[in-house]
Amino acid sequence: MNGPQDVGGRHGFGPVAPDIDGPVFHAPWERRALALVTAAGGLGQWTIDESRFARENRTPADYYGSTYFEIWIKGLERLLEERGLVSAGERASGQVSAPLPAGIAPLTADRVPEVLAKGTPYDRDPGDSRPVHALGTMVRTRNLQPAGHIRMPSYCRGRTGWISAVHGYHVFPDTSATGDRDTAHWLYNVTFAARDLFGEQAGEGDTVSVDLWEPYLDAV
Amino acid sequence: MPHDHHDHEDHSQLDDMTARVMALEKLMTDKGLVDPAALDAILDTYETRVGPRNGARVVARAWTDPAFAEALTHDATTAIHAMGFGGRQGEHLTAVFNKPGLHNLVVCTLCSCYPWSVLGLPPVWYKSMPYRARAVSEPRAVLAEFGLTLPEDTAVRVWDSTAEMRYIVIPQRPEGTDGWTAEQLEPLVSRDSMIGTALAGVPA
Repeated sequence: MNGPQDVGGRHGFGPVAPDIDGPVFHAPWERRALALVTAAGGLGQWTIDESRFARENRTPADYYGSTYFEIWIKGLERLLEERGLVSAGERASGQVSAPLPAGIAPLTADRVPEVLAKGTPYDRDPGDSRPVHALGTMVRTRNLQPAGHIRMPSYCRGRTGWISAVHGYHVFPDTSATGDRDTAHWLYNVTFAARDLFGEQAGEGDTVSVDLWEPYLDAV
Repeated sequence: MPHDHHDHEDHSQLDDMTARVMALEKLMTDKGLVDPAALDAILDTYETRVGPRNGARVVARAWTDPAFAEALTHDATTAIHAMGFGGRQGEHLTAVFNKPGLHNLVVCTLCSCYPWSVLGLPPVWYKSMPYRARAVSEPRAVLAEFGLTLPEDTAVRVWDSTAEMRYIVIPQRPEGTDGWTAEQLEPLVSRDSMIGTALAGVPA
């Protein structure tokens, strides 16, 4: 979606405040938010792209007016409500009013080390599929403008670059955002001259490398 | 703190969020959606076990073990997982090497993808809008805000983590460290040097 999350190259956000040795949390609730969102992910009821879409699919005023972990909590509340796990009424009252659907089990403490250490690999067996684009060949990104989830930033749509890596056959975010855990496509790293993306103020020899799936690309 | 205007302008928002998160946590616990002990175990993992010292061990080994550096170049996922640094937000890894004339910088413009398994939880600035917006379009200005000014003839290559591939920068080994062991070198490798907003430290 052409949503508020797609900020690469946008102006007006001001300087970066490096805060080299600063804490990763500003307030105790942010710690709890991180743990809660991570544990809820362990329910297995949504994909990483569904959680991304639940965070980004909101008004720009909401997105930019919310702190980072506030967006995480809003996204979690939306997912829980959509899945019938925690209703808006329950959140309003603080009282459980409906039982959980069958087959829902929490991530238990004894499984945390194993689950975090294992992660969730996103590559899939390509079978007979072979990558269309070879290392070093030129590609042009498609001018895709879907209302749904996509992981191609707007700053690199309709631009020409070269294939700088063939990463493998990876789950496709556009379909993963609708709960599809299987559909995969070849994932490439595509490198663009920074001036082709951001004009003459970009450094002459500078480049930007972006991971893009085959359905985002055409051979040149 | 100057980096967080919310602390100054809107205390009530933090209070609202404290209440909101506490209420959600209680509701999810009451419904059997989360195990409170699991929350503690998650925080313990990322506050005491998984952090940038993992990445520093990868970098120091790459500086001292040419065969490992070669393996890291070709298949960072296998090389890093073999050191025991696998798992969440580190399932697929690419190591990008700084060298004379080339400096690498990592960002996620669309959200905040970050290699948790080797660097731990991301710093606040990495997730901030100014960094996400500007690292791709004006990386040299961003680096200057970190106090890092690169020579004009050093090319900057920015990596935008748009997929589930995670990136770790292998900074250049500081001069004056000939003969140092990996253990001696590790403290010179800061978190920021593995994101690309700093160089590896200079030996005292």
